[in-house]
Amino acid sequence: MFRLRRFLKNYKLQLTLGPVCKLIEAIFELFIPLITADIIDTGVKNHDVGYVLRQGGFMILLGAFGLGFALVCQKSASIASQGFGTEVRNAMFRHINKLSHAELDKIGTPSLITRMTNDINQLQLAVAMLIRLVIRAPFLVIGAVIMAICIDIKISLIFLCASPLIALVLFLIMYRSVPFFKKIQKKLDTVSLISRENLSGNRVIRAFSKQDSEQARLEEQNNELSHTAVTVGRISALLNPLTYVIAQGAIIAIVWFGAGFVKSGDLSQGEIIALVNYMTQILLAMIVVSNLVVIFTKASASAARVNEVFDTVPSVREKSSEYISVDENAPVIEFKNVSFGYADNGHALKNLNFSIKKGETVGIIGGTGSGKSTLVNLIPRFYDTSEGNVLIKGTDVREYPFKQLREKMGIVPQTAMLFAGTIKSNMQWGKKNADIDEINKALKIAQAYDFVYQNPEQLDRPVTAGGKNLSGGQRQRLTIARALVSQPEILILDDSASALDFATDAALRKSLKEETKNMTVIMVSQRVGTVRYADKIIVLDKGELVGIGKHNDLFNTCNVYKEICLSQLKPEEVLNK
Amino acid sequence: MKNKGTVKRILKYAKPYRSSLIFAMIFALLYVVLNLTAPVLIGYAIDNITDKNNVDFNDVAQLLLMVGVTVLSCSVFQWLMGLCINTVSYCTVRDIRRDIFRKFNAVPLRYIDGHPHGDLISRMINDADAVGDGLLQGITQLFSGLVMIICTLGFMLFINPYIALVVVVITPLSMFVAAFITKLSQKQFREQSKTQGEISSYIEEYIGQQKVVKAFGYEERSQEDFEEINSRLLECGKKAQFYSSLANPSTRFVNGIVTAAVCTVGSVSAINGTLSVGQISMFITYANQYTKPFNEVTGVIPQLQSAVAGAARVFALLDEQDQEPDSENSVELTDCKGKIDIEKVKFSYVPEKPLITDFNLHVKPGQKVAIVGPTGCGKTTLINLLMRFYDVNNGNIKVDDTSIYDIKRNSLRSLYGMVLQESWLYNASIKDNIAYGKPDATLDEVKKAAKDAFLDHFIERLPDKYDTMITEEGANLSQGQRQLMCIARVMLCDPPMLILDEATSSIDTRTEIKIQQAFNKMMEGRTSFIVAHRLSTIKEADIILVMKDGNIIEQGSHDELIKKNGFYCTLYNSQFAAT
Repeated sequence: MFRLRRFLKNYKLQLTLGPVCKLIEAIFELFIPLITADIIDTGVKNHDVGYVLRQGGFMILLGAFGLGFALVCQKSASIASQGFGTEVRNAMFRHINKLSHAELDKIGTPSLITRMTNDINQLQLAVAMLIRLVIRAPFLVIGAVIMAICIDIKISLIFLCASPLIALVLFLIMYRSVPFFKKIQKKLDTVSLISRENLSGNRVIRAFSKQDSEQARLEEQNNELSHTAVTVGRISALLNPLTYVIAQGAIIAIVWFGAGFVKSGDLSQGEIIALVNYMTQILLAMIVVSNLVVIFTKASASAARVNEVFDTVPSVREKSSEYISVDENAPVIEFKNVSFGYADNGHALKNLNFSIKKGETVGIIGGTGSGKSTLVNLIPRFYDTSEGNVLIKGTDVREYPFKQLREKMGIVPQTAMLFAGTIKSNMQWGKKNADIDEINKALKIAQAYDFVYQNPEQLDRPVTAGGKNLSGGQRQRLTIARALVSQPEILILDDSASALDFATDAALRKSLKEETKNMTVIMVSQRVGTVRYADKIIVLDKGELVGIGKHNDLFNTCNVYKEICLSQLKPEEVLNK
Repeated sequence: MKNKGTVKRILKYAKPYRSSLIFAMIFALLYVVLNLTAPVLIGYAIDNITDKNNVDFNDVAQLLLMVGVTVLSCSVFQWLMGLCINTVSYCTVRDIRRDIFRKFNAVPLRYIDGHPHGDLISRMINDADAVGDGLLQGITQLFSGLVMIICTLGFMLFINPYIALVVVVITPLSMFVAAFITKLSQKQFREQSKTQGEISSYIEEYIGQQKVVKAFGYEERSQEDFEEINSRLLECGKKAQFYSSLANPSTRFVNGIVTAAVCTVGSVSAINGTLSVGQISMFITYANQYTKPFNEVTGVIPQLQSAVAGAARVFALLDEQDQEPDSENSVELTDCKGKIDIEKVKFSYVPEKPLITDFNLHVKPGQKVAIVGPTGCGKTTLINLLMRFYDVNNGNIKVDDTSIYDIKRNSLRSLYGMVLQESWLYNASIKDNIAYGKPDATLDEVKKAAKDAFLDHFIERLPDKYDTMITEEGANLSQGQRQLMCIARVMLCDPPMLILDEATSSIDTRTEIKIQQAFNKMMEGRTSFIVAHRLSTIKEADIILVMKDGNIIEQGSHDELIKKNGFYCTLYNSQFAAT
């Protein structure tokens, strides 16, 4: 947790000023019972109205000053904690931007999102409490005990017994109930999971007529949830009554033994009132301390999760951000003895060798898990190879700065997702200042022009997060257009036409061929129809290259390819005319 | 008032626990009164120890004993109050959740399709919680807070009306401060949670799509955008936190003023002989906790408001009409042959946009019907009608000459084996998932179905085999494996008719050959509807339905349609035209 203090270094002033001001306020507060005692013992006893009024005014003055100091503290706390949170968030976002795909896969998106929102908020709260209460609450407890000792050492023994006892009760109740809170959260997650399943699978559930058993499944979890909640409620409900009894017991003892000391002349009536007030103060402060313990336990767990992200080093790092010069005559893409494996899962790709020339259209085909997507992920260096080299224009991708390398490519990922904004803002992703002509050209090639311009808002049509307000086919065509806007040298379509119907798919391939003569196009697909007219088809099977060539040749020489063709086409349709 | 109705309905929901609720109120009342009595008794005890010549141990002992009894019973009532509130609120929340969930599977599918699932889940989780915490606990808090204020004033009037008057004069200050802070921070909190929502969705989008961000070298631009939102969050966050943190110091200040006033006026009265020192002590204790109920009461009001809003959302869902129940004389269809007649069907999702206007189709037992057309042409509509997920507006659909509206829904649906495009699995073991439609299936039957779906090798390689748990929505399986699971699930049920929605589109091409064989075998003698992409499947079909813009525009066999030279012909040629 303490490692995160580097984000606090801009707030040293607030971190000192805040607690100091809070301390001063606490000291003022500790004086109040003493002044009360003084008013009674001096003012009332001597019938001195002037004295009473003076001391009363003094109390209000102390209160006002206390308020002033407290406000300074609260202001410092809000500046420091919110500033801290903001800086951590910025740093974390920047760090995540640097991580490569391997690390992102490992931590997982949902986890990263909670770390960035909930965990950082938790830490922010902890910083605020650090400034506002961590000094104040224990100080009040200790201060009250010391004041009691100053009034009378013997009677302060009651304080020395009662305070640890209250602390013990707080500890025990928390110790028992905190594990239950985790359990409740988990149960709640299950209830929410079952609900989500029932919404997304509503058709399946009705098709199998499983409404009743789903209801039973929910009710079981739901009952357990409420049962756990009631159980923990039973424990938590003890907190206030128990601490109240201890504090009041202590007050009874103070009055009882106090009476004896008054009799012997060691104590005055006003002092007894002061002692009673100190006891009340201790009880209030103790409850604050117990809340603090909860906050800091949670914060330290959050800190660990946040630090885990910062400690993750990107496995793919750029050598330098200086642009390098390349050999324009070398093949655009070349794989030399390339092997690749995801963390201990064996090889996803084994010893691949091939090269692709400028302007070629290359199809990559193979079954699920044959390594098609992995192969194309190596070209923009989303992952580094385990063995061998990927060369772009004769230079190893590891020599390139990321920007130079990825500028050359337009990538259309498997899942078609857009970003909240407008169609125009999405089209400008690859090229910040792309003008209308460039965008329109890309839209036309991607077969998206018509539906975009049929809508009255045209390019300014709003896009919601992920592009959910568009149909799957529309999204897919827009992601293709997005990749085309910057007119990349290499276009990678990672099974990107799967949501398109045959007609659109064919029209897309036709216009790609006509409009992008110099572009090297790599098409990953499971459909023979998509790749059959490519200049070169690469056939993958379980990570190995089992065939490379043109459609008709491959059909005759490559068994895997033949099987794939026959699974999708009639024998008489297989060969290209 | 609308809110009143909502509160009433919640109380109706809490009705089974009404006794607990009433007891909670009674205990709250007792707790407050006893809680306020203790300082009075202590004050009197202190009056018995004015100075060393005036200590009456007997009276002190007696009073302290009473304090002890008061304190003990007070804490017992406080505890009991807590237990009762817990029971009421947690059990009510449980009942609400149970009923919401039941609604999920009882409303027409139109409702589920038309509402964002995140929103429905949020009603089930967050809004239900808000009702429990906010409303039920809030009402009790409000009640005990008000009782506390009234009783404190009452006690003070009883002890000494003049000093009580001093407190009453300062009271508006407490109320004003509490209300002012609540109002200030409420506004800022709204702004903050709005910006927080904005930043969360930004994070969700950009971290979720981090790979696209990298592919386009968008890192710097997204960092700029993020920092801009983040800096706005900083500004409103600072304000929200500062204003809300004013509550405690201000309360202490107001308490300080009340204490000082009581102390001064009380002491002056004591000097004049109208008040005892012990009574000053009572007043001080009261003064110390006097502002607290005001803060609680004002603090609880926005909480109540949001709870009422949450409850309104919950009730809106619960008020949703269930789908029409099966008609009384509806039958169970057994021994189904698979003859389907669709007669003059008219259907649309929204009345203003007519979709299917006059659709007729006659399928003989065992025929294969392929549904083809461009993306978004509404191929699933037909499935919705066949399975009665949606009802037709006009016309009729018959299975074996019986109208499907005269068949029990569950019976009708059990006639179909359905494999949808989005393969749906749930959080349970592989075995349970495969046996979903036939929970009493033996392990051997499950294994056989898995084998028929070419899953057995994969499953046997898993450490827990058939007991392996499927994580959230099947995230630990590949797309292809998920779909194979769904196929196995249908194979186990062995239904007389099949509905396959692009079922094989993302399965390993080589396994697909085998799957295709298994399917062909399964389809033998069974009426099947296939939303198809693959030409071979389409061409083997007995009837091809060509859909466009939601409507069926052509229908016939492959050869017939090619001869017709219409839309299907264009579609077909686009696949084979050289590009």
